[in-house]
This record gives sequence, C-alpha cells and structure tokens, in this order.
Amino acid sequence: MLKQAVFQSKLLPYLLVLPQLAVVLVFFYWPAGQAVIQSFLMQDAFGLSTVFVWFDNYRELLADPDYFAAILRTFAFSFAIALSSLSLALLLAVMADRPLRGSTFYRTLLIWPYAVAPPVVGVLWIFMLNPSLGVIAHGLRALGIDWNPLLDGHQAALLIILAAAWKQISYNFLFFLAGLQAIPASVIEAAAIDGARPMRRFWTIIFPLLSPTIFFLIVVNVVYAFFETFGIIDTMTRGGPAKATETLVYKVYSDGLLGGNLGSSAAQSVILMGIVIALTAFQFRFVERKVNY
Amino acid sequence: MVEHRKFGNLLPHLVLWAGVLIVAFPVYLAFVASTQDNASIANGQMSLLPGGHFLETYTKTLFVGTSGTTREPVGTMLFNSMVMAMTIALGKIGISIISAYAIVYFRFPFRMTIFWLIFITLMLPVEVRIYPTYKIVADLNLLDSYAGLTLPLIASATATLLFRQFFMTVPDELLEASRIDGAGPFRFFWDTLLPLSRTNMAALFVILFILGWNQYLWPLLITTRDDMQTIQIGIRKMIVTSDALTEWPVVMATAVLAMLPPVAVVVLMQKLFVRGLVETEK
Repeated sequence: MLKQAVFQSKLLPYLLVLPQLAVVLVFFYWPAGQAVIQSFLMQDAFGLSTVFVWFDNYRELLADPDYFAAILRTFAFSFAIALSSLSLALLLAVMADRPLRGSTFYRTLLIWPYAVAPPVVGVLWIFMLNPSLGVIAHGLRALGIDWNPLLDGHQAALLIILAAAWKQISYNFLFFLAGLQAIPASVIEAAAIDGARPMRRFWTIIFPLLSPTIFFLIVVNVVYAFFETFGIIDTMTRGGPAKATETLVYKVYSDGLLGGNLGSSAAQSVILMGIVIALTAFQFRFVERKVNY
Repeated sequence: MVEHRKFGNLLPHLVLWAGVLIVAFPVYLAFVASTQDNASIANGQMSLLPGGHFLETYTKTLFVGTSGTTREPVGTMLFNSMVMAMTIALGKIGISIISAYAIVYFRFPFRMTIFWLIFITLMLPVEVRIYPTYKIVADLNLLDSYAGLTLPLIASATATLLFRQFFMTVPDELLEASRIDGAGPFRFFWDTLLPLSRTNMAALFVILFILGWNQYLWPLLITTRDDMQTIQIGIRKMIVTSDALTEWPVVMATAVLAMLPPVAVVVLMQKLFVRGLVETEK
C-alpha cells in the first residue's frame, strides 16, 4: 500500500526518522548485538582475558539441569497463569455481556488492576499471605494448612501464580468483552429458537466464534508470564526458596547480577530473544491482524 | 437475553460481585493496613476496618520515609516516577509520530529498511537485552540520570505502527488540498495531520503513561542513588527480610500512592484507554 500523494524532499525525511532510528540503533541493536557476541565469548576467572569459544556457553547451558528446570518452571508458570486468568476472565465477561443494570459500574471495577505495577501486586499479595501477619495466611492456618511460602517451594510458586493471574484478569476481561460484543445477537437468537440451551449455545456458537480472541490472549498471556512477572517475583520471593520461583528472565538477572558468568547470561538472553521472536511470529501467523504489511 | 429466567439476572450479578471482590480485596486490605499502627499489624492482630492513623502514616510516607533500607521520602519517588512516565509517554509519541510521517508521506532510499529496523525492535524487550544495555548506558555516563532512565525505553515500534496505520487511512485529497493552499510538509503536518491524530495520541498516552510508570527492571538496574529511585523500586526496598523491621503501614501507604496515578488515568479515560488497547493489541 502506497500513498499516491507524497512530498518531495531529499533531506527532511531522514531528519524526521533520525531520533527514532538513533534510539533504536543505540539502545536496541547495539546491545542485542553485544549480547550475541558476548554469548560466544568466555572470560577467565579474573576477567583478564576473553576467549572465543563458539557454542560452548550454549552447550554448557543446555546441559545444566538448573537451566532445564528453569525452562520447565517458566512454561508451567505461564500455563497456570494463562489458564486461571483466562477462564476467570471469560466467565466474568460472559456475565457482563448481558444487558445488566450497572454494567458500566462492574466494568470500571474490573478493569483497573491493569494499571497496577507488578511490584505493587507482589507487595499486596505478600502482605495478605505473609505467614506471620497475613490475613489470608491466618485463615489458612485456622483451616489446618501449614502455610509457609518462605520455606515451601510449591507454596511460593502458587503465590506467584495467584498474584500474576490476579493482575492479568482485567486485561483478558476487556478483550473477551470486546470479542463477545462483536458476536451478532441474531446468531445466538437463532440457536435459541432452535431450542439450544445457554450452555449448549456457549460451547457450540460463542466459544468457537471467540477462538481468535482466545488465541491472541494465550500468546499475550504467555509473553506476560515470561517477562512481566519479573517484578512480582522480585518483590515476593526473589526467586527462592531454593530457586523454586526462578524463571528464565529472573535467571538472566540473577546470573548476571552475581557477575560470575556474563557469557552464560548473554547466551540465556539470546535464547530468550529466540523465544520472543518465535512467539511473535506465531502471533502474526495465526492471529487475524488488523495491520497489513 | 432470549428466554425467561426464573431468577432473572441474579447469577450474573452474583458472579460479577464475586469478581469485583477478588479484584478489590487486596487493595482494600492495603488501604486498611495503611491506617493502622505497625504494632497491631506485626502481631497479626490487624482489624479489617480502617484505623485512625491515616494522616500520620501518609504524612510520614510522603515527607519522611521509613527507617528501613531506603530513607528517601515517597514524595521524591513519586516525583521521579512522574518525570519518567511523562517523558517516556510524550517522547514515544513524539518520535514515533514524526518517523511514521516520514515513512508514509515521503519517498526516499532505505525507507522500507528503516521501517523494518524499527518494526523488529518489537521483538527485543528490555528484559532480554538488559546487561548489554546497562553497559552502554554506563559507558555513556547516564547512570542515575533521567536521560538514562528514559532514553533506552523511548523507542516504540507499536506507536510507530499505529500512527503509520492511521496516516494510511487519511485521504490523499487532504494533502492535495493543502498543497493547493501552498502548504509545505511542516504546515500540512501541523495544521492537518496533528489535529486529526488527537484522539489516537490521547489513547496512546494513557497506555504509555502506565507503561512508563510501571517500569521496574530497568530503573532497578540503573539507579543506585536513593534520591533517583522510582516508587516501584522504593517499595521493594522497604520490605526488609525480617518481618519485625518492615513498617507495613508505610509500605501499604506507598503501595496505595503508587497505584493512584495510573489507576486514576485508566478510570478517568476509560473509553480512550479501551480503544487504544484494542487498537494496539498490546
């Protein structure tokens, strides 16, 4: 698609794209390139000399059971977060889609967690579930559950998943509501006249028509679980106890922060970049786009 | 709906109320905690109704700070977060709209190359290029500065794409008409295109402001001075590992203060925000 009417100018367009291009080159391509180069280098223990080692960093990484565990963990977290927040959001959206009294009121009350920052989400949830002073933790204790996410890795993981899913409900809710409202009422009425009950109508008509939205949201939720849970993990558990909540992104951060292994940290970054590229390509390939290139 | 229901809309109302409760409870609890005294919270004796320490806690939070690891008052952090969020939002909109303008309204060598260079950055989130970017910012002497906080986050492929898509839908006749009136590229941009993009810019601003306000990993790495940290970083530093030392009322007051600006933006500009979200799909 090309505009027919354009301006003629040799220099001006370059000046207009210059700021964007400068930022992109300096802060995106340069560091990304650095990460790729770094991932092929290995430093000696004193940081005095660097050697080009081809794929040794990658080979070491993929042979490392810790890294493998982090991959599995990240996927398990993503799956749990996406499944719980999507199903709850879908239920709420189906309910809010009806002509209800006070629907604007419900919508407003349901969408604002979108704006709450991940570390704040982490702080809110750690406060509720802190073993010694949290209100919910007290309730659990009263029920006879031995609740201590500071020591129990499974409980810590559950904590992260709950908090991360909580934040994502509002985003999913918005998109489901938009998707539901795009389904023509006449289709549903026709099915009703044919005698289909509400549950049947939902599974045979509404759910399939909603599938592009669902697919789009799955990709978005997975990307969210990969990257944006960092703030939640860092405020709630800092990857612990005993790495039970260390995701791939958190591992890049903690391995690099300790400074021990820049080569490995860079190799991890490059692998993550690969995953993001795959997810984005997937999204473009399968999801209906309003944007055409 | 189509058929008559025995209980009318009772079930949807119940489900939605349950949803609202799930969403609102943690925040209600934070507010309640911020109005009580530290001792009763630390004992686990927290009441579920607001206490009487509202003014005391919020004054202390805003102007004094905690005695924990971070001693900076939250007022400073709020200011830093505000500068960061505004710069990122306005900067992204500014550089994106002019580069989209160049790409749509001019023909020049490497036009598509430049477009793709910008587009591919969608796939390079700050999380995956974090250490090399840190090193570059350090080499440029930008640590602990507003420029270092904002510049690396200011490029936006999404905003560029959005403006490009929008400019494509602007009829060619408008350009021809303003040409006949003797307008050059600057006049056309300023008098015709900018006013037309107003609603797009506003919707984008809402989303980008929240994005900037909620940044965490980047400021965590590049700010070392307490007086440069944003509220998101400050709040994590207030939680001391030993429960006894954490001043929970102050932490919770900080959480409430950190939520207020972005939530206010979302609630007040709901319509624009929803449209912007559906349009950018992220």
